[in-house]
Amino acid sequence: MRLYGAVAASSFRRYATYRVATAAGVFTNTVFGFILAYTFIALWSIRPHLGGYDQAQALTFVWTSQAMLAAAALLGGGFQQELQERIRTGDIAIDLYRPADLQLWWLASDLGRAAFQLLGRGLVPLAVGALCFDLALPSSPLVWLAFLASVLLGLLVGFAVRYLVALTSFWLLDGAGVDMVSGLLCLFFSGSLLPLTVFPGAFGDVARMLPWSAMLQVPVDVLLGVNSGAGLAGSFAFQGCWALVLLAAGRLLQGLATRKVVVQGG
Amino acid sequence: MTEAFIELDGVEKVFEVRRRSGRRLRRERCTVRAVDGISFAVPRGEMVGYIGPNGAGKSTTIKMLTGILTPSGGRLRVAGIDPSRERTRLARRIGVVFGQRTTLWWDLPLRDSYALVRRIYGIPEARYRANLERCVELLDLGALLGVPVRQLSLGQRMRGDIAAALLHDPEVLYLDEPTIGLDVVSKARVRRFLREVNSEQGTTVVLTTHDLTDIEQLCRRVMVIDHGRLVYDGGLDGLHAVGESERTLVVDLERELPPIAGVPGARTVRVDGPRQWLAFPAAASAAPIVSAVADRYPLVDLSLREPAIEDVIARMLESGEGRRSAVP
Repeated sequence: MRLYGAVAASSFRRYATYRVATAAGVFTNTVFGFILAYTFIALWSIRPHLGGYDQAQALTFVWTSQAMLAAAALLGGGFQQELQERIRTGDIAIDLYRPADLQLWWLASDLGRAAFQLLGRGLVPLAVGALCFDLALPSSPLVWLAFLASVLLGLLVGFAVRYLVALTSFWLLDGAGVDMVSGLLCLFFSGSLLPLTVFPGAFGDVARMLPWSAMLQVPVDVLLGVNSGAGLAGSFAFQGCWALVLLAAGRLLQGLATRKVVVQGG
Repeated sequence: MTEAFIELDGVEKVFEVRRRSGRRLRRERCTVRAVDGISFAVPRGEMVGYIGPNGAGKSTTIKMLTGILTPSGGRLRVAGIDPSRERTRLARRIGVVFGQRTTLWWDLPLRDSYALVRRIYGIPEARYRANLERCVELLDLGALLGVPVRQLSLGQRMRGDIAAALLHDPEVLYLDEPTIGLDVVSKARVRRFLREVNSEQGTTVVLTTHDLTDIEQLCRRVMVIDHGRLVYDGGLDGLHAVGESERTLVVDLERELPPIAGVPGARTVRVDGPRQWLAFPAAASAAPIVSAVADRYPLVDLSLREPAIEDVIARMLESGEGRRSAVP
């Protein structure tokens, strides 16, 4: 277990060395935060209580999602391309002959990255949003704690989905198509474009049941205190179940991949 | 011979490849026998060369030995372990260096990469320190420990990689083209280090390379693989006999003369002004040929050229090619 701690720590350090990239990311997230904030203000002025949120809650949704964007890799980034590249070039062979578990290794590395990006890319946009707009941020530290737990579960789900996508490279070799599909699905069904609560009827119900909603929609709802008590436990259970199922699927696919597939090149 | 440490018995690896056939979008399946029934045994502590042309099946063999690929047939054991079944257990006991890939972390300083390696293999602190110190000294890594891997030159990175593969005291080290792209000085340093590791730690070494100087300087035993089959397994000197190689006697005569003829056991292969080249079997003695020439020709100077191992192997592979193409 100490190995995976060290992997996470080195991944954290690795992302911390890219200072300029971090600053550029913070700037972009903040600018997009403003654009989306004014868009949401326009929307919620016409339709107050859209999706069950008041305007302050809607704005909190905007700024929290900007703060989580990089950490949850909602627009890509993270380990997915790196792993695909290693599979494509055959460098994966090096990872395979190490006495370490491939999935745990990449999970640790991705969590290290996310931890850095939550701090490095998340704090400033959220603070700017809170200074410039009237947000519905909770005052209770317990709610913040619940939020962080939900973020962690969301990261697990996000990792599990992207790990599955990356592993398809063992069979497809060129991941561009799968990347595009999975990127679009993630963009929409995580709630990055619009909160999933605004979609009515069966479509909305289905959207809120899919794993992507565990990455952003659910953590933000936990922060907003939309669900408390039993509802909160339900949120955690929803995220936890998806995390377990998808991580298990990843292990299964990893087993198939390493047993069957040719390591490219060399 | 001591007990075999690496044991292959009729090992095969067959890949199924889909290939486009004439008609559009139609693909036909065909099989490629990358490794086609190879058997050999390597005792503990030996250093063997494993050579052959590109695509001969060298890397496929190494991948099966490390457990990354599962053999399609035959029996394979390393330290009594079936590599593909117990890849992780075996991984603690082997070290691998790929000349064309790095096992180090691109963005991290060398020192941090080593710290991760230490965690991966759970190397006790004292042993880790001692091993690192020895590698740093012998491979001259001292000044590089703080440098991110992406900033290292190829030779530096290679040395860094070799050190990383040895920190956990592996019992066997697989080297896949460890000197590829290195300059003469770096090559010499890497070779010296490998010789030392082999003789002092008793590490079994399997060396794959295209640079036959590596083999000549490091290995007493060499295995030649071609088209997935072992075509030679034995001492370096034996290669010359099997490869029907020839030595060359270069003679400088007083003046230009017609090609030297009538020397038993030798034939003139080239004439350039007063200089002539005579070839004769490598196993034969040069003395009678020299005296036969000196008796009948005005000799000024002479020199003897040993066959290059490259030529020997090239000839061996070509003759194999000839035999194969003769069979329908």
